Amino acid sequence: MKPIFRRLTALSVGVAAGVFAVQALAADMTGAGATFPYPIYAKWAEAYRAKTGIGLNYQSIGSGGGIAQIKAKTVDFGASDKPLSPGELDAAGLTQFPTVIGGVVPVVNIPGIKAGELVLDGKTLADICLGTIKYWDDAAIKKLNPSANLPHLAVVGVHRSDGSGTSFIFTNYLSKKSPAWASQVGAATSVEWPSGIGAKGNEGVAGNVKQTNGALGYVEYAYAKQNNLTYVRMINKDGKAVSPTAEAFQAASAKADWVHSKGFYVVLTDQPGAASWPIAGATFILVYKNPPDAAKTADVLKFFKWAYAEGDKMATDLDYVPLPDSTIAAIAKSWHENIQGVGM
Amino acid sequence: MNSVLYARRRFTDRMFLVLSVAAAGFGLMFLGLILYTLLVQGFGGISLKVFTENTPPPGSDGGLLNAMIGSVVMSVLAVAVGTPVGILAGTYLAEYGRHTRLASAIRFFNDILLSAPSIVIGLFIYELLVIQMGHFSAIAGAASLAVIVIPVVVRTTENMLLLVPNSLREAGTALGAPMSFVIRSVTWRAARAGIVTGALLAVARISGETAPLLFTALNNQFGSWNLNAPMASLPAVIFQFAMSPYEDWHRLAWAGALLVTLAVLSLSIAARVMESSKRN
Amino acid sequence: MAGIALENYGTYDRANVVRRFGRGDTRFRLLTLGAALLVVAIFLGVLFALVDGAWPAIKAFGLPFLWTEKWNPVTEKFGALAPIYGTLVTSFVAMMIAVPTGIGIAIFLTEICPNALKRPISIAIELLAGIPSIIYGIWGLFILAPFLQSTIQPWLIEVFANVPVLSTLFEGPPYGIGVFTAALILSIMILPFISAVTRDVFETVPPMLKEAAYGLGCTRWEVMWHVVLPYSRTGVVGGGMLALGRALGETMAITFVIGNAHRISPSLLAPGTTISAAIANEFTEALGDLYVPSLIELGLILFFITFLVLAAAQLLLRRLEASGGKR
Repeated sequence: MKPIFRRLTALSVGVAAGVFAVQALAADMTGAGATFPYPIYAKWAEAYRAKTGIGLNYQSIGSGGGIAQIKAKTVDFGASDKPLSPGELDAAGLTQFPTVIGGVVPVVNIPGIKAGELVLDGKTLADICLGTIKYWDDAAIKKLNPSANLPHLAVVGVHRSDGSGTSFIFTNYLSKKSPAWASQVGAATSVEWPSGIGAKGNEGVAGNVKQTNGALGYVEYAYAKQNNLTYVRMINKDGKAVSPTAEAFQAASAKADWVHSKGFYVVLTDQPGAASWPIAGATFILVYKNPPDAAKTADVLKFFKWAYAEGDKMATDLDYVPLPDSTIAAIAKSWHENIQGVGM
Repeated sequence: MNSVLYARRRFTDRMFLVLSVAAAGFGLMFLGLILYTLLVQGFGGISLKVFTENTPPPGSDGGLLNAMIGSVVMSVLAVAVGTPVGILAGTYLAEYGRHTRLASAIRFFNDILLSAPSIVIGLFIYELLVIQMGHFSAIAGAASLAVIVIPVVVRTTENMLLLVPNSLREAGTALGAPMSFVIRSVTWRAARAGIVTGALLAVARISGETAPLLFTALNNQFGSWNLNAPMASLPAVIFQFAMSPYEDWHRLAWAGALLVTLAVLSLSIAARVMESSKRN
Repeated sequence: MAGIALENYGTYDRANVVRRFGRGDTRFRLLTLGAALLVVAIFLGVLFALVDGAWPAIKAFGLPFLWTEKWNPVTEKFGALAPIYGTLVTSFVAMMIAVPTGIGIAIFLTEICPNALKRPISIAIELLAGIPSIIYGIWGLFILAPFLQSTIQPWLIEVFANVPVLSTLFEGPPYGIGVFTAALILSIMILPFISAVTRDVFETVPPMLKEAAYGLGCTRWEVMWHVVLPYSRTGVVGGGMLALGRALGETMAITFVIGNAHRISPSLLAPGTTISAAIANEFTEALGDLYVPSLIELGLILFFITFLVLAAAQLLLRRLEASGGKR
């Protein structure tokens, strides 16, 4: 190559490297994990950046990925829909706290049944998902819905094919209400479903339910609301039939014993309270108790403090449910007690 | 003449020709259906904002600027790294090692890499770069794309160089030029159009790749030129937005899908045009 | 004469020039060799990274992993049988649909198509190859699957209800998604590869051979079947192998429509899973010491399957060439 070209190439490479390198200095906070809260974290991040200039880059790679990344210290915080147990937290040196609440809503496609018309309880739901109940006019379902016109239609279960926090919350509830489910299947972000079809994402599940007669699936609340799906009312721990609404989710959280649960290890399924929705769940943030980069972790905590104070409307606009004030107070106390070197 | 036999032969002939037309119709029908959906949904989402603003959180207005920039940056890097390696390797296979067993082995490994599922390549770069570096980055993303580019360029370069008639090479050598000189100034120049076609095909190939980027460059809500941090890309954004429950994200996903498809198609057509103009 | 020409170049030291050429020549040769060996290094690197990542699962499950159907993330018992079966079945069915169709398209383009339309139609078919696979997935989920569920699948179930073998093959409630839908989408995706390669190969057939056959009174089909196809056998098989490789590794399109059940069903209309779909769906959320390594082991198995298919293709091609005479 002619010398002049060689010099020009070297020069442009050098300039490009310089431009890119300078950017490296002005890095944002990074977090990764659960897909469920991604929209609201993204919304908060945009508003926070407009206000303070500090950006938050959150990547929704899944709860498992979030836990792995924070354990590997490749991100400033991890996010998980499944809370880590106190034992797991201690082993990894992490602490966790919830940010928003969501609910899982069973949805159906039965000709003649409208939204909110069908009522189910936990045990019946588990039996449907296990495949023990095969038809919609089964005695157990009829008992809960004496006035509904249930056809002799085969039940088609639709579940998530990709691992997800939504599946975790749903199977956690089923495990609590059905010993058979707990022993045969268990609760996790990804389980071995005894029957039915797997669809990808909330989109896939909803799409399948819409198109398959006799289908029963489960989706995130935001999704059920946005797409006007035929939701099911559930009988909660107190024996009342409740509809999935923001108030019902908040009621579930309000009654939960956050304060006395170490590491906020509460799964909001089957919570007491007359108005509580039985299949709710919070999503959690994981940070180190002794953070390797205390300044960054302090930034992260300041961000969430701002979100708790100013971010409620943004959350409800996107059909998330903000935490009640009592829980937020408990979180602030937990930061003060658990996380070193951040001045919170 | 046996008219029964003749009639049967004519019938067979007609039937298979009708089937051939039906086959072509089958292919074209699906192409039409898919493109139609893509155009209708995609154009609905295209606006000036798509090209000027970054990806928004749901409920806000925005565009795909950071995703487009990210895709371009990583593709350019991948091609800049992968094409020279691919051309050199292809040159070795075609010129120096044409009938050796080593070259056959290398060609075999190259073909495996060519057919390797891109998700496996993504896992490889994840283990190699992401875990070692400690974070996701555009560099890892570009690396995984480069690993996909290299086998494509090797294969096309080798094929193109093999098409160059030996008489050209012999002429160069007869004038006293050493082999490397002959390759650089005669053979490469003769196969130039084909090699460029190969590079274009490689770019078309990586433009639509989603799986490897999910484990390497991840994604980024904001615009970023930082190579050492996660970077947005069109396929990753499409994937994320399409699977969400938000209408405005859906529209952007379809718009992005349309853009990617148009980019890939124009590259493929350009490659084809170059190839045939060279032949003529 | 030579002296005058050389004088224009000043002092000409031939030995020096030859030496310089020689050094640069060797350097260039080593450069290309290095690049070629880099390709091998990448291959070995991929293999090593996969084995390294999958090691805990390999140690825990051993060889039975290949024929165990169980896939339970909660108890951490994993088996690759269902994904392997799904990968092979979807690819096989896709090839069964795509190969005749692709060859049919090539025949159409070379024999029947009017000259003016040849270019546009062949470009159009190749456009199918350019559409990113994620778009196939989304289109399949939202448009193809509902259509299949409401029309084609019930028809298939009804038609084959009483036919002995085919009734089990097409049994079950019409889900819309499943192995058959995935195979159909896959066949559309690999169609352009087969048709493009086949058409290129058809065009290399010497016109004299075809004209000789026509001269003997053969119909167009007979020329295709008895002259053109045997002549281009090698290329057609090569194109088929390329398409098969693509089909085995396809991820995004299949993930959306396969139904994702780690089960083997005799019915094509039932949900299943493939190796790439399982990895894409479950990798980011996978937790646990054996879950991620099991997924990586699936990737390793897929790498091996691709390897075996390519090796078989090479052997087949070599045998075809030997029997057909080297071109």
